[in-house]
Amino acid sequence: MPGKLKVKIVAGRHLPVMDRASDLTDAFVEVKFGNTTFKTDVYPKSLNPQWNSEWFKFEVDDEELQDEPLQITVLDHDTYSANDAIGKVYIDIDPLLYSEAATVISGWFPIYDTIHGIRGEINVVVKVDLFNDLNRFRQSSCGVKFFCTTSIPKCYRAVVIHGFVEELVVNEDPEYQWIDRIRTPRASNEARQRLISLMSGELQRKIGLKVLEMRGNAVVGYLQCFDLEGESGLVVRAIGTACTLDKLSNTSAFLPACNSPSKEMKEIPFNEDPNPNTYSSGPSTPLKNQTYSFSPSKSYSRQSSSSDTDLSLTPKTGMGSGSAGKEGGPFKTLLRQQTQSALEQREFPFFTLTTFPPGFLVHVGGVVSARSVKLLDRIHNPDEPETRDAWWAEIRQEIKSHAKALGCHAVVGYSESTSICEEVCILSASGTAAVLNPRFLQDGTMEGCLEQRIEEASPPGCGFCHIPYDELNMPFPAHLTYCYNCRKQKVPDVLFTTIDLPVEAIVVGKGCLIQARLCRLKKKAQAEANATSISNLLPFMEYEVHTQLMNKLKLRGMNALFGLRIQITVGENMLMGLASATGVYLAALPTPGGIQIAGKTPNDGTYEQHISHMQKKINDTIAKNKELYEINPPELPEEIIGSPIPEPRQRSRLLRSQSESSDEVTELDLSHGKKDAFVLEIDDTDAMEDVHSLLTDVPPPSGFYSCNTEIMPGINNWTPEIQMFTAVRVSRLSNINPTNQTLNKNFNDLCENLLKSLYFKLRSMVPCCLCHVNFTVALPEDELVQIAVTAVAITYDKNQALQANKAPTEKSQQRASTDNEEQLQFPLELCSDPLSSQPFSPAKEVLEGASSHTGIPAAQRATSVDYSSFADRCNSWIELIKLKAQTIRRGSIKTTTSLEKASPLAEGYLRHRSVPSGTNSTVSVVKMTPLSFLPGAKITKYLGIINMFFIRETTSLREEGGVSGFLHAFIAEVFAMVRAHVAALGGNAVVSYIMKQCVFMENPNKNQAQCLINVSGDAVVFVRESELEVLPPQPAAAAQPTGAAGDVTT
Amino acid sequence: MSSDLDVFVGNTTLIDEEVYRLWLDGHSVAEAVARRLRGGLLEREATSVAVLQSDTRDHYRTFQMLERLLHAPPRLLQQLLFQIPPERQALLVQRYYAFDEALARELLGKKLSKGTKKELDEVSARTGVGIRSCRRQFDNFKRVFKAVEELRGPLAENIQQLFLLPPSLARDYAAIVFFANSRFETGKRRLQFLSFGDFAACAQSMMAHWSQGALAPEAAEPDGDLPKSFLQDLKELKVLVTDKDLLDQHKSLVCSALRGKISVYNELEANFKALSRALVNVGGKLTHARDVRDFFVDLVEKVIEPCRSDKWSPGDLRLFLQHYTAAPRNLPGFRHQALWERYMAAISACLLRMFHD
Repeated sequence: MPGKLKVKIVAGRHLPVMDRASDLTDAFVEVKFGNTTFKTDVYPKSLNPQWNSEWFKFEVDDEELQDEPLQITVLDHDTYSANDAIGKVYIDIDPLLYSEAATVISGWFPIYDTIHGIRGEINVVVKVDLFNDLNRFRQSSCGVKFFCTTSIPKCYRAVVIHGFVEELVVNEDPEYQWIDRIRTPRASNEARQRLISLMSGELQRKIGLKVLEMRGNAVVGYLQCFDLEGESGLVVRAIGTACTLDKLSNTSAFLPACNSPSKEMKEIPFNEDPNPNTYSSGPSTPLKNQTYSFSPSKSYSRQSSSSDTDLSLTPKTGMGSGSAGKEGGPFKTLLRQQTQSALEQREFPFFTLTTFPPGFLVHVGGVVSARSVKLLDRIHNPDEPETRDAWWAEIRQEIKSHAKALGCHAVVGYSESTSICEEVCILSASGTAAVLNPRFLQDGTMEGCLEQRIEEASPPGCGFCHIPYDELNMPFPAHLTYCYNCRKQKVPDVLFTTIDLPVEAIVVGKGCLIQARLCRLKKKAQAEANATSISNLLPFMEYEVHTQLMNKLKLRGMNALFGLRIQITVGENMLMGLASATGVYLAALPTPGGIQIAGKTPNDGTYEQHISHMQKKINDTIAKNKELYEINPPELPEEIIGSPIPEPRQRSRLLRSQSESSDEVTELDLSHGKKDAFVLEIDDTDAMEDVHSLLTDVPPPSGFYSCNTEIMPGINNWTPEIQMFTAVRVSRLSNINPTNQTLNKNFNDLCENLLKSLYFKLRSMVPCCLCHVNFTVALPEDELVQIAVTAVAITYDKNQALQANKAPTEKSQQRASTDNEEQLQFPLELCSDPLSSQPFSPAKEVLEGASSHTGIPAAQRATSVDYSSFADRCNSWIELIKLKAQTIRRGSIKTTTSLEKASPLAEGYLRHRSVPSGTNSTVSVVKMTPLSFLPGAKITKYLGIINMFFIRETTSLREEGGVSGFLHAFIAEVFAMVRAHVAALGGNAVVSYIMKQCVFMENPNKNQAQCLINVSGDAVVFVRESELEVLPPQPAAAAQPTGAAGDVTT
Repeated sequence: MSSDLDVFVGNTTLIDEEVYRLWLDGHSVAEAVARRLRGGLLEREATSVAVLQSDTRDHYRTFQMLERLLHAPPRLLQQLLFQIPPERQALLVQRYYAFDEALARELLGKKLSKGTKKELDEVSARTGVGIRSCRRQFDNFKRVFKAVEELRGPLAENIQQLFLLPPSLARDYAAIVFFANSRFETGKRRLQFLSFGDFAACAQSMMAHWSQGALAPEAAEPDGDLPKSFLQDLKELKVLVTDKDLLDQHKSLVCSALRGKISVYNELEANFKALSRALVNVGGKLTHARDVRDFFVDLVEKVIEPCRSDKWSPGDLRLFLQHYTAAPRNLPGFRHQALWERYMAAISACLLRMFHD
């Protein structure tokens, strides 16, 4: 028996009144894990019951521990009739299964009911004792860490980045089973929630196994999605990047201090429970799995399956990989034969990361994407989900070949998505073709480094812009010039990518959010005909989206797009395309030319006048934008460049293709052939509209910037105030005879208005930047468009910005970012391996500080560092972080300070006699952000992944304030439940938060609505940098007495 | 293109103070938008009416969801649904429980019942406070009243703890509860010159000097009720006006002390007996609920108005009350000096506060 799960139900508060007669509730709790259920006593007649139960103990497989959620149900006891359910709490115990994360889950959880929402709170304590696992054929993958963050997490170092892992599981959707006709909506929703929870647990475990097989210990950039295919089933799929991570502090001298708290907890079981012999070491686990999955207690048939697009080429040598994960990267001795060519041998050399360790990214080719339209049919045997696997394999293959055509052997910033309408499904995948430094892709980290040196001769600030493909044999027509930075290599004139702006990139001015929006009408059709018409439309949409992006980029005087995400959504009678990206001016690329307008009827005088008027407007806009985004690139002496600023031609970095059910692959050349692409020809009114729509994009009000990447290029002095938000709008396209143009305009207005209202809402935060702006479009019904936006507003210091800008404006160049986070990390890397001084050594980042300067070669500067002093300082920093982290885990510092702050409220509070117990514990603050970092703060610990799925339904829509009231409450509830889980893990923030799904359906005639929301992120502990500097060590000790123990007993 | 659904939810709940005020004042979304427009927000922020509408609706929804929690402020501190910084929570509570003094003045001493609530339309018309705001404020009074009705100990402190109000606001609520409990008449024409602040100050002095809590903190009776035994004892003081000797001696003591010190000496000498009778009898009547109602009417009619018609100055009244209270100490055979001083402390405070135009 490899694990013992222990649960204690402490108390409840603010329960709803379940007995109208007495205005009270007789509550008790059922605790269920797998097939075992425990119950507490009934606590009679109270809305604030104190159960203080014994420890309920579940002895379970670690496989079960990974798959199953802990299910806590609060009920109202009724002597005469059936007990009424008040609500449930699902707790994912995965974070307790790996050694560095949380050791206990303890805190107040909202009690959630799918019909009534949150109904009071319950205080629960959960612990897991893991036993040593001797079975090498095990099915579990406990110990593999998961991160949603798409970069190497802040307090880790990547030893090896292994590569792509993927998996999908399929099941019938309980909502569409026959039983759904006779059960209550509540039962159906709960069945769905539980199934998805199980499926994600299973998926994560299977991905973990693959990671162990690859000898990794972590998955970074983990993205899990659901496809609600309706009748044909429910698909849960996930992709990620397998890595071997090393905790940064591990490499330093003070290892015991760091790991002791968690280690102690995990080691107790060995002493306490000396009978692991009940567990035979044979291959019994798979068998057990079988028996469980057919156990009758599950109301639905839980049919699990694993996809088979395994990384078959990955050498699976060296068994006993099971134990590998826990230790974390002691494989340097096992040198695997993986060189760059091995990377090419991998089935899919894809990476879901968008930010990379310095030096990892050598060249970037451009965006590669592939789409495929499929017809869904019932998954006949969920154990063999081969069709879904084959679909994705096909698309990935395509992506890979596109990358190859660009002369790249890898794809970075890779992501996959689907859009489903009835039985038609568009599968999409996109990424950025790139050439990577093999140093990170294999064990024996430093070996490949010397060879790479030659290739790395180009300066790091522009190297990634240099073309990876052969100049003479270009995959598409492109105009090349010598790099404006180093003048040695060729660069393209525009660059589109799906990744974040590399830290070392040199940019001019600031960046901005650029969106292309597009609607296309489509005839209503069935099955094959529908799929065909969609796939016929797709190339035109891609083309137009691309043209819009290009024009808008030029209009802002910029030359590169980062974080490009093109979303094509399919509805009953239309297709919608929304592309978002962050435009920047890369110093290495040539200055973009303007936009020329040409008319078709040159003889008409008034028309000419009109054209020239438009032309003037466009030129003014470009000039205004350049000023707004501070784009004033240095004047370069002509003779150096060789070729003058080239007469601009548009070309495409975007290779796309789409295939229908047949395997026919068409490649579309998105370049405009011989035509000069900056010339917009106005040949009819439609084109006129297009030009108008170009000009309708209103720049954000002063004091606001926006981007969809992690960091805003050109702003680096963030202040700690952040505000994460989700906004959802559903609009009716009420045209009687819609045309593409009117739809486009409507859609454009919808997006622009949404942005405007965000700026207005957040006006009190000015000056600030909206980062990671993520739009999701859905077409829930005929004529209905749903847009959901999640982003974070971060304030920055305007004065400091001016100062910081002053220095570099002499050369009018500046670093994209001097991410403060790095400052601690890099010196540590240095002291861990000070021998390797690569030319792109990260040390320069620290030395240069905020006002970086590219004049002096990095190597020179690196030698002038006093490593030891750096290391010392870092050690003490880290120790402080440790102390802080521990106290924060106990929740004491937070509670005491916030109590003090609340003094006007809490004054005289304690003296009161009739206030319910537990009142004096204030709710601790949990920050949420879609970014991987918190400005002005240090992440000291990752506590585990948060992956939650909720359904909310109502049959009294009007009474709950209509659709807006219903969804407003639900989103607030989802936030509350995420925060409660993070707080219970001992964390104070969620980073890389993402709302992956928000499916809203309404039936106003029946007064009903239903909504599904899926969110995920990484729970972390952070410490304010200001506190780090000022904090003397004693508060940690002083604050301890009021710790979690007090919390629990109150 | 119309937006059917439009929501914005922040991890930290956004509270716009201006919109909160409009909501508290009972304006509908449309009215609130109109007022915000008049405030020139549109020009300042260069935005559109649609944006303003959407923003206002968002805030209104948030406030509606928060209202349930505001009914029990300690729950606002504990709830997990809205993440609101403590100082913002305090502001929400304070503003929610703040009231219009004109409205409170109208309702002072009235029974906080459904009947009174029905009359709010008229009150609203008289005071110019919106009817929805009137109802909300009335419900606040009633909620606080119900919550502390049965509680032991100092009223203001109980309110402060249960509703997390700032001390001064809690004291005002204590006054409202005190008046609602004792049902003092405040609506008579001749009392119209008294403001809410006057009555609140009176209530505070009465509770401070007369309630059980004032003497023994562990008192058994709620502060809202005046202790029965004390009221019973007040009857003993009648001896000061019924015993002719005592009354004369009292007068001569006071007059000799004040001669030449106050401007209205002659009037005082002429009216002393009437004044003294009025002052003592007010206390004697407090045992009967019906007479309690007339407490303030009596004070005004029998003390304040005669003094005012004789052109007393506030200084005159203060000096008089001081010596009038102190003098019986030297009266032979008067054994209730402690009770007398306790009684007169509150009466003096009330009179001094009420003695204005």
